[in-house]
Amino acid sequence: MELKDFIANFAEQFDETDVNEFKPETVFHDLEEYSSLVALSIIAMINEEYDVTLKGDDMSAAVTIEDLFNIVKSKM
Amino acid sequence: MNNPFTLEGKTILVTGASSGIGRGICIDCSKMGAKVHLMARNEERLNETLAQMEGEGHVIHKADLCSTDDINALVDELPVIDGVVLCAGIIKTMPVKNISEEAMTEIFNANIMGDIKICSRLLKKKKLNHGGSVVFISSVSTFNVKVGNSLYSATKGAVNSFAKAMALEVSKQEMRVNCIQPGFVPSSILSSGAIEEDAFLKFYAERHPLGFGTPTDIANGCIYLLSDASRWVTGSIFTIDGGYTLQ
Repeated sequence: MELKDFIANFAEQFDETDVNEFKPETVFHDLEEYSSLVALSIIAMINEEYDVTLKGDDMSAAVTIEDLFNIVKSKM
Repeated sequence: MNNPFTLEGKTILVTGASSGIGRGICIDCSKMGAKVHLMARNEERLNETLAQMEGEGHVIHKADLCSTDDINALVDELPVIDGVVLCAGIIKTMPVKNISEEAMTEIFNANIMGDIKICSRLLKKKKLNHGGSVVFISSVSTFNVKVGNSLYSATKGAVNSFAKAMALEVSKQEMRVNCIQPGFVPSSILSSGAIEEDAFLKFYAERHPLGFGTPTDIANGCIYLLSDASRWVTGSIFTIDGGYTLQ
């Protein structure tokens, strides 16, 4: 699993946010478009692409996109 | 004393009997005198339910609602019953754009198609007594919707519509078909979900004027619908939700 691909998949779950906003250090909870619906979308994407089942609490625990990447990696 | 709510002498089938609301329904129906046939996938947890029940003559059936063979075998080995409570169900939380065919198939099989197969087979094999009662456990999510729960709401909406149509078809045999729409009853159906549990519980706690429900709150509604007290009640959709959908 590559961080670059993960970020692309992550960005895919957003519809309004500029793709350049998504970087390893992006604090995704602060993105204007981020919502509980987007969080569910990201959880579903991670389940489909990486076969990892995250809980809502995992989303809260991650601060940056890279944090989330590392959580997913640790569960693979 | 004449008690119109008694289940003495009645034999009842309960699906989803191994946990949560289904387990509570089995226990409380047994206390009202029913002989209960308990169905679920997990035999060990079915035995845990059985251990908490009163009276004699209860029977465990290990069967998967998603398997037509299991359902046919279950119905064929049942005696003629007086009521069925269709309580098994699962939740799949995902936004519409992420819905996979696999998730869709799984939840429709578990929440509505299995129920339909049981009802159809019961009637075909004449296993539901004259005057028998069918109770579907639906959900307030049929009209009180939440993001990410479109599949669950869709299956429960299908349950409500199916129940009404079936109620009309079986009225000649004085059978009755009704739904209960529970509000939030804490149970294991949620523990596998994608939700943030603390935030979720806080959100719902604030919105239930009478607090969270217990399986017994739902079981008491079932007892009424299974008993002769509700002989003139059919096609109804009862909301039992502690006031959740008042506002």
